[in-house]
Amino acid sequence: MPKQQANWSPYDNNGGSCVAVSGADYCVIAADTRMSTGYNILTRDYSKICKLADKCVMASSGFQADVKALQKHLAARHLVPLKIQIYQHQHNKQMSCPAMAQLLSNTLYYKRFFPYYSFNVLGGLDNEGKGCVFTYDAVGSYEKVGYSSQGSGSTLIMPFLDNQLKSPSPLLLPVQDAVTPLAEAEAVDLVKTVFASASERDIYTGDKLEIVVINADGIRREHMDLRKD
Amino acid sequence: MQFMASKQPENSLLGPESDSQRTLYPYVTGTSVVALKYKDGILMAADMGGSYGSTLRYKSVERMKPIGKHSLLGASGEISDFQEILHYLDELILYDNMWDDGNSLGPKEVHNYLTRVMYNRRNKFNPLWNSLVLGGVKNGQKYLGTVSMIGVNFEDNHVATGFGNHLARPILRQEWHENLSFEDGVRLLEKCMRVLLYRDRSAINKLQIAKITEEGSTISQPYSLKTYWEFSAFANPAQGAVGS
Repeated sequence: MPKQQANWSPYDNNGGSCVAVSGADYCVIAADTRMSTGYNILTRDYSKICKLADKCVMASSGFQADVKALQKHLAARHLVPLKIQIYQHQHNKQMSCPAMAQLLSNTLYYKRFFPYYSFNVLGGLDNEGKGCVFTYDAVGSYEKVGYSSQGSGSTLIMPFLDNQLKSPSPLLLPVQDAVTPLAEAEAVDLVKTVFASASERDIYTGDKLEIVVINADGIRREHMDLRKD
Repeated sequence: MQFMASKQPENSLLGPESDSQRTLYPYVTGTSVVALKYKDGILMAADMGGSYGSTLRYKSVERMKPIGKHSLLGASGEISDFQEILHYLDELILYDNMWDDGNSLGPKEVHNYLTRVMYNRRNKFNPLWNSLVLGGVKNGQKYLGTVSMIGVNFEDNHVATGFGNHLARPILRQEWHENLSFEDGVRLLEKCMRVLLYRDRSAINKLQIAKITEEGSTISQPYSLKTYWEFSAFANPAQGAVGS
């Protein structure tokens, strides 16, 4: 008898888009709240954003079960010993955003041969208080950038962000800053515009937008309604 | 002289043919579960059918069970896997009780436990072939969540599994609102179950409705819905069909 093939897939795509934009002293991280499977909407109010450290927030889209497992892996504080807690104990300070960026990359690559189907953007403030954004693929390849988008709407969103934010090429010398010239309010407005546009054409993006803004004062959240169709 | 057949490595991702312990496909299955939050708690409905492929093999399968003091679990998919989950939960609740500290696992905790169990089985490529609905009330807080066989989970004001996602959720999105009365909630669930009965071929006309509130849970006696088959448009369905 020929070998039976599995007729189920361990992966599913639950859709959604994530964006992060950084500035001189702030970082905006946003994601829609729609969770889908195939042509169905499962729920309209599911958060894809997770706070990993004091000034470090991650937004992830892709396969929800893997995203949840990844978030728990990184952020669940009640488990001891855990990497975040160990860091705090050994270094006597909270994990900075760049440190968290490396941890996330390593965590993803650890499952290189059965990946977390999770497309992440990490946003926050670095040790000097400057905004930073890190963008990832599913197996941990990452890069520090001024802005990024991931998820089902990223193909629609990224070109628009490129047009508006014109990131200087990393090949240029002398090295130019990868940080946007926008003010915080303008960046939030841009993010809202970008999601409104993505919701028009991407069926997996919509319902509601969750925005998290990190600056010297702390973390604040905003919500905006998106198209429900 | 012995000839050894070529042996595949035991720990390969796909597993050798002799690895007959992994679930490949379900055998006895239950169809949709539908649930919603109402004023006092959660209402959940499921029929009592257990299908063996296209045969309606079992007609008295209870697909909803109370868990601990605060939760109700409904399942669709493989019935034997549901029974195994109940076994795991028995142990979970037992250990919880044995602490004897006045605390008890609420629906949110049980849902989280189930999510972890389902996800871990999926990671080992040996899933529990179920879609679960977990509802309950604790300390006045209502909770309704669901988890699939690969670990996708979320909570909402109304959830459904299988065909319920296609047929019941749209009705619930239109007609559900906060603080439904018990009668309205039941009426809404029955509306959903009736549509499923008409359109889901694995549904049977013998269902139970379960209710859970702060006071506790009850599962109704099985009953059937009134159906109407005399719509004139369906009176002579083959009329005008090619070849009739």
